[in-house]
Amino acid sequence: MAFEYAPAPESRAIVDIKPSYGLFINGEFVDGQDRNKTVNPASEEVLAEVSWATPEEVDAAVKAARAAFAKWSKLDGKDRAKYLFRIARIIQERSRELAVLESLDNGKPIKESRDVDVPLVAAHFFYYAGWADKLSHAGFGVDPKPIGVAAQIIPWNFPLLMLAWKIAPALACGNTVVLKPAETTPLTALLFAEICQQAELPPGVVNIVTGAGPTGAALVEHPDVDKVAFTGSTEVGRIIARAVAGTPKRVTLELGGKAANIVFDDAPLDQAVEGIVNGIFFNQGHVCCAGSRLLVQESVYDIVLEKLKRRMATLRVGDPLDKNTDIGAINSAEQLSKIKALSKVGEDEGAERWSPPCELPSNGFWFAPTIFTGVTQAHRIAREEIFGPVLSVLTFRTPGEAVEKANNTPYGLSAGVWTDKGSRILEISDKLRAGVVWANTFNKFDPASPFGGYKESGYGREGGRHGLEAYLATH
Amino acid sequence: MTTVLEVAGSDAELRRFLHGLPGVDKVGAEARAAGLGTRSIKTTAKAWAIDLAIRMVDLTTLEGADTPGKVRALCAKGRHPDPGDLSCPAVAAICVYPLMVPTAAAELKGTGIHLASVATAFPSGQAPMAVKLEDTKAAVVAGADEIDMVINRGAFLSGRYLEVFEEIVAVKQACGDAHLKVILETGELVTYDNVRRASWLAMLAGGDFIKTSTGKVSPAATLPVTLIMLEAVRDFRAETGRQIGVKPAGGIRTTKDAIKYLVMVNEVAGEDWLHPDWFRFGASTLLNDLLMQRTKLTTGHYSGPDYFTLD
Repeated sequence: MAFEYAPAPESRAIVDIKPSYGLFINGEFVDGQDRNKTVNPASEEVLAEVSWATPEEVDAAVKAARAAFAKWSKLDGKDRAKYLFRIARIIQERSRELAVLESLDNGKPIKESRDVDVPLVAAHFFYYAGWADKLSHAGFGVDPKPIGVAAQIIPWNFPLLMLAWKIAPALACGNTVVLKPAETTPLTALLFAEICQQAELPPGVVNIVTGAGPTGAALVEHPDVDKVAFTGSTEVGRIIARAVAGTPKRVTLELGGKAANIVFDDAPLDQAVEGIVNGIFFNQGHVCCAGSRLLVQESVYDIVLEKLKRRMATLRVGDPLDKNTDIGAINSAEQLSKIKALSKVGEDEGAERWSPPCELPSNGFWFAPTIFTGVTQAHRIAREEIFGPVLSVLTFRTPGEAVEKANNTPYGLSAGVWTDKGSRILEISDKLRAGVVWANTFNKFDPASPFGGYKESGYGREGGRHGLEAYLATH
Repeated sequence: MTTVLEVAGSDAELRRFLHGLPGVDKVGAEARAAGLGTRSIKTTAKAWAIDLAIRMVDLTTLEGADTPGKVRALCAKGRHPDPGDLSCPAVAAICVYPLMVPTAAAELKGTGIHLASVATAFPSGQAPMAVKLEDTKAAVVAGADEIDMVINRGAFLSGRYLEVFEEIVAVKQACGDAHLKVILETGELVTYDNVRRASWLAMLAGGDFIKTSTGKVSPAATLPVTLIMLEAVRDFRAETGRQIGVKPAGGIRTTKDAIKYLVMVNEVAGEDWLHPDWFRFGASTLLNDLLMQRTKLTTGHYSGPDYFTLD
């Protein structure tokens, strides 16, 4: 007899969404000129009106950050730490509110925003709060100085977590920031602005300008910005690299990926299957370090595929606020059409497409978890980032072939190795050109661990001691 | 598949087979078990799960102090766990020591409730083979239709797999028509790799159920250990076509815990195992918590523990 899980929705009453939001400049919300709507991707319901900042408004935000820099950068590290600790604690206190709002605006399952995103956000602020008064011991000189005003542009896949990755180290090092969240997911950044007010952070230290591409361009090109930090697509990363070329602006870019998740025949197979599922279906596959290419040794291909398909049939797709949902909504209509288009390419190129039977809601943006088998390195779906719940399955015969295929990509953000043999983990990890290599796990994050890419996956590292370098005037 | 069933010719063959099973990554297995533990089972799903859990209970008393009086009371409780609510289902079985089997058999006659007896020098299993077999036969003759045997952990841990295998085969034979549950005592096997190997060994030797623990060793049943065993029965059926049951025993005391196990059965082994024929809880105190939660769901409020019988 079937065990039907009754709906178990998290209440959205805990979060108070205002009908309209302004821009957060110099510690206050100011009304913007260009009004736009942000929707819940699971229902297409309008959640709120937000302002898309004009170049003049971006200029006001940069001026506020510049003015605040004078005092903030001179503050004792231990005093900056107090603010960061306070922010971290408020995030923990308001964690349920943040999680619900993140799931509403982004479409990710509440299980993930509650158990992964928000706890990591708080952890990140706690971690960098700890560094603020120890910068002279970080290995970047005896008295390292902040850079100045940081322009930070973040993506829609982990709105609040990417905000934390950007703001926490910047502030710890004594910089001030102007942050632009993605146009489809502005709400948790605006709630974070309220948290800055609640923490009595000095005005201008954090400024948040919502908006789309033109707002980002105005921010990147602003002459009084000292540092640009961007997480997003390789395509936009190139535009930014060109925009800052020839200027004294420092830049860090965290871009796309097409990570190989390599399963050897001596792997702990049941856990490897969990890792494959987590690698590609976590956050609907909207993960730059997603394990979107499964490389499985031919001798265990059949059993791995059988186990993977059985496991995928248990994934629950649907209402992001339901506590039992494993896969939520695709973040936007635009992203959904990209995923559909590349999946179509996969079929046209002759790869075999499979999804478990699953009923998708009629409103909102949805895509069933999908795998393609019979994929080779020559297929576009093995080369291009799909940024959705779509896995390409390839095979290999020897460790050398696995490494060669794994590295045969313009990207190099992450990789996974599954084997019970410790020496093989060390050997293969050493040969993989990827910023992060996970062994017998995948998509594990910790504020103490640096994160960043090789090749077209970007440059610079975020997280850990290494993450401080991006916000210190070390050369 | 014949290859799987023909591996038991020698220690070396068994060793090759058991050590050829895919390893278990401890961190990953525990993370998976914890992840399943976050499922939120509410309202209708909870009511359904509670009734199923009650129907899966092997209501157990295994004390030196057991008497016919105590066992009669337990049997009465098993028949009507909630005397105030006749819609409450009966438990799956009553589980007792061999000496108590005649009393329980008389009490359970005609009720459809199974009678399980521990045997084979439970809980340590440290007795000569002949004694273990006599123990088993006596319980069956006295009316037990399910036998919960313990494996020879000493032999298993020292790699004498054939000895363990042959003991299970012999006990299964001594059981006759009675169902055989093979207790692995996972708290003494310690590693998940051992749990997986012992599970396969017990299934290959003809066990009808694999059971985590005697309840006399800590830790008893845990979610990750049960996960490994559920994966084993799932994979064994895929390979041989034979379905084997799973019984976590010891340490499961709350409805919340029981529901976590049922979610795991559902998502790891599949809904074919969501039946008292294929999944049991070895428990004593669990039943009253299930009854309390059941009453809460039907009446909307909690009543105190005094409203539920203590037997």
